Amino acid sequence: MSEEGFDAGRLDELLRPVVDRHGGEPGQLVQILREAQGVVGYLPAAALTAIARALGLPRAQVEGVAGFYSFFHLTPPGRYRVLFSDNITDRMLGSGELLDRLCNKLWVERGKVSEDGLVSVDTTSCTGMCDQGPALLVNGQALTRLSGERVERIGELIRAQAPLADWPAEYFRVDDNIRRRDTLLSAEWPAGAALRAAIARGGEAMLAEMKLSNLRGRGGAGFTTAIKWESARRAECHAEADGRPAARYVVCNADEGEPGTFKDRVLLASYADLVFDGMSVAALTIGARQGLLYLRGEYAYLLPALRENLERRRRSGLLGRAVCGQAGLDFEIDIHVGAGAYVCGEETALLESLEGKRGIPRIRPPFPVTAGYRGQPTVVNNVETLCKAALIALRGGAWFAGLGTKQSTGTKLLSISGDVETPGIYEYPFGVSVNQVLQDCGAGNAQAVQVSGPSGICLAMHEFSRSIAFEDVPTAGAFMVFGTHRDMFEVARNFAHFFRHESCGFCTPCRVGTSLVANCMDKIAKGLGTQYEINQVFKIHRLLHAASHCGLGQAACNPLFDTLQKFRPAYERRLCSLDFEPAFDLDQALAAARQMTGRDDPAAHFGLAARLPGVTP
Amino acid sequence: MTQPSILLDGQPVPFADGQTIMDAAMAADIFIPHLCHHPEFKPQGSCKLCTVKASGRYVSACTMPARDGMEVENNSPDLNDKRRTLLQMLFVEGNHFCPSCEKSGNCMLQALAYELEMLSPHFDQFYPNRPVDASHPEVLLDFNRCILCELCVRASRDVDGKSVFSLSGRGIDKHLIVNAESGRLADSDFSWADKAAHVCPVGVILRKREGFAVPIGKRRYDVEPIGMQVERLAARSAGEAYEDCGEG
Ligand SMILES: Cc1cc2nc3c(=O)[nH]c(=O)nc-3n(C[C@H](O)[C@H](O)[C@H](O)COP(=O)(O)O)c2cc1C
Ligand code: SF4
Ligand code: SF4
Ligand code: FES
Repeated sequence: MSEEGFDAGRLDELLRPVVDRHGGEPGQLVQILREAQGVVGYLPAAALTAIARALGLPRAQVEGVAGFYSFFHLTPPGRYRVLFSDNITDRMLGSGELLDRLCNKLWVERGKVSEDGLVSVDTTSCTGMCDQGPALLVNGQALTRLSGERVERIGELIRAQAPLADWPAEYFRVDDNIRRRDTLLSAEWPAGAALRAAIARGGEAMLAEMKLSNLRGRGGAGFTTAIKWESARRAECHAEADGRPAARYVVCNADEGEPGTFKDRVLLASYADLVFDGMSVAALTIGARQGLLYLRGEYAYLLPALRENLERRRRSGLLGRAVCGQAGLDFEIDIHVGAGAYVCGEETALLESLEGKRGIPRIRPPFPVTAGYRGQPTVVNNVETLCKAALIALRGGAWFAGLGTKQSTGTKLLSISGDVETPGIYEYPFGVSVNQVLQDCGAGNAQAVQVSGPSGICLAMHEFSRSIAFEDVPTAGAFMVFGTHRDMFEVARNFAHFFRHESCGFCTPCRVGTSLVANCMDKIAKGLGTQYEINQVFKIHRLLHAASHCGLGQAACNPLFDTLQKFRPAYERRLCSLDFEPAFDLDQALAAARQMTGRDDPAAHFGLAARLPGVTP
Repeated sequence: MTQPSILLDGQPVPFADGQTIMDAAMAADIFIPHLCHHPEFKPQGSCKLCTVKASGRYVSACTMPARDGMEVENNSPDLNDKRRTLLQMLFVEGNHFCPSCEKSGNCMLQALAYELEMLSPHFDQFYPNRPVDASHPEVLLDFNRCILCELCVRASRDVDGKSVFSLSGRGIDKHLIVNAESGRLADSDFSWADKAAHVCPVGVILRKREGFAVPIGKRRYDVEPIGMQVERLAARSAGEAYEDCGEG
């Protein structure tokens, strides 16, 4: 072994099977990088060169893709890579202290690799375990329900270099925590039942049921699913330049990156057949032969069970050639695993990632329904949307339209976390009031609820009578509750940092703006903010809303805007004055020089400490 | 049949099928501020300087297809204010010290800052650490000034067929990289004859040993504001010979 932790001489030998497994297909680059990192430990420069050569891609393109995703490492990340989930709900459960404790125990500085190359400890965006946090990932595997005791033990296991397989299985347990069941969660749905029902109806009739159902997308935008399916069904597909035949595609969006959301995790863990049935129903309706499921990297622990499930479906004739014995009805499903990039939940960035590229949202039009995966007509739907489509195949559109409200039919899965007695999954018919939900989950002293994650809306107490529905408070599912003892400024600051970390960097307003607002929030947190910073935040909010390329940038300042409107005192009590205060501190800048020269004139101090006693910059 | 047209700030501007708002405006000699757009390359839509309001919605003029009867607001205080803020963002994100830059006077970023009356960078500087690449015998890369417009990326990939440049990193850490394991330009197959050597709108890709051939004060945007040079900006698509002060 070389110092870098891999055997450079054996690099080609290590990489060849990975490249071959993917048929040397450049479109599989993200999957290849992921697996290459699995065998090599990280992605050294020589590995990128070798992969580029094997795939016939420019090296810089391969490096560009590797450099985009958080879970790819171009330098050795330590043999144990520990990433604490940094959602506000993890923080409220004490993740910050636990992180410090682990760093102390292992003698490692946060964000740095220990000198012996054994371990690194850092944070990562929400890992989707808010109902059983604080959580972390160790070498990509999810750990839940951290406590001081667990963290101590983890430190010992790492020091002893115990393989993950020897760690207590209990640490890796992920519970479903289903707390309220309605139509979807209250029944067992045998594999293939929905698909058979759809076959019996036929594609055109299935589409008619979808229209009747008025199902709207559960991934956030709330677009009417039948319109999407119909457009893709009618769209022209064309043979590709490389000889691939004309095709349509169904993509299941299982990226679930919105902080505070974890309902897709539960559907994939315990209702996977319903998800695959939904994909099959969509395929039958639009005339697709290939489905792709994009699974966020954080949920890689679900992969073996999902693959096994697909194998089972193949054996029982639900997948592959002549599905359910219907000649000419072929359908396959592939699973792609993401590598840590929230923006890849945006459907066109997701398609780019599926094609092995940097996850940059595309220019629209054209929309995926006409030019999606590999330029072909593609339906992208959320996991929950596809489950609902399966139910519609089984029970019909009219039945579905009878649930919920007129404009928001059916039920919605909420992922509830934060200051509640029983966090977990709650299924409600659309139209339920926020108050009702708060009562059911045991939120005794809520002052605010962040609905639909940081991109969504922050509701204050006087709004709790509003209802969860597209026509009132729309949601992709996150429902984070904040008790009266919580500091809403810190909530917003956490979200500002989330967006800075997750901006893809493509467009100027979001790339620079998310950094500027995060800096503003840090300045206010230090007690150095003024009315000037508040005005900055408003100004940047307006710009991002107007000029950002995709929904990430457009929504990035929403939580700040909401909390500034509704929880102004949380900001104002931190402001040091109502005038401008520079971030630059003269005394701090001169401190090193003063120390070196030994010359220090107390009368020449003009920095913050001199002017604002009690403030430590 | 009459030719379809858009209403650009109230003025009818005809367009041909497949043209964007930007294409139509340029053809009509109307200036829409832009940085990442270049008529010769596939539209990119990333700098957002060309943000206009079409039928009441903010869109990028360089990527939005023109539609008959579309009402487009371009030269308004609201839009110019947003563009000014975007310029300020680009200035603080990199390290731009115009007085010492060989591109001063020929730089589109600087020219737009004058055009849109940007008086100061306004935000706190980020002062990123971006080492210069002086490895190549003919060309110097000063990444401090890169605005990530991807024109060199597109030119090298789509015209030169070399893919010398690419982007790596994400978000505020996004940066330009060179197609070589060492990361150095000298180890790539880049040459001064490449199209990519002549498309940078700012002062990143510079010819070595060739400084201030045209004195400051007499350069392209010193002589006439960028907003008055639409015809020249549009002509870039005609594949005309590149003027030796660098293309912008
Ligand atoms: C930044 C961003 C992140 C997104 N993340 C997700 C996600 O994780 N899961 C999801 O289903 N939709 C996500 N979406 C919405 C998708 O773009 C798309 O609307 C959705 O997958 C469509 O499916 P649906 O119609 O079934 O909701 C995201 C959108 C944006 C702008
Ligand atoms: S808004 Fe942000 S995430 Fe979306 S394209 Fe622009 S930089 Fe990328
Ligand atoms: S080097 Fe110049 S052309 Fe290339 S991305 Fe940077 S600013 Fe654009
Ligand atoms: S010129 Fe249109 S986005 Fe850059």
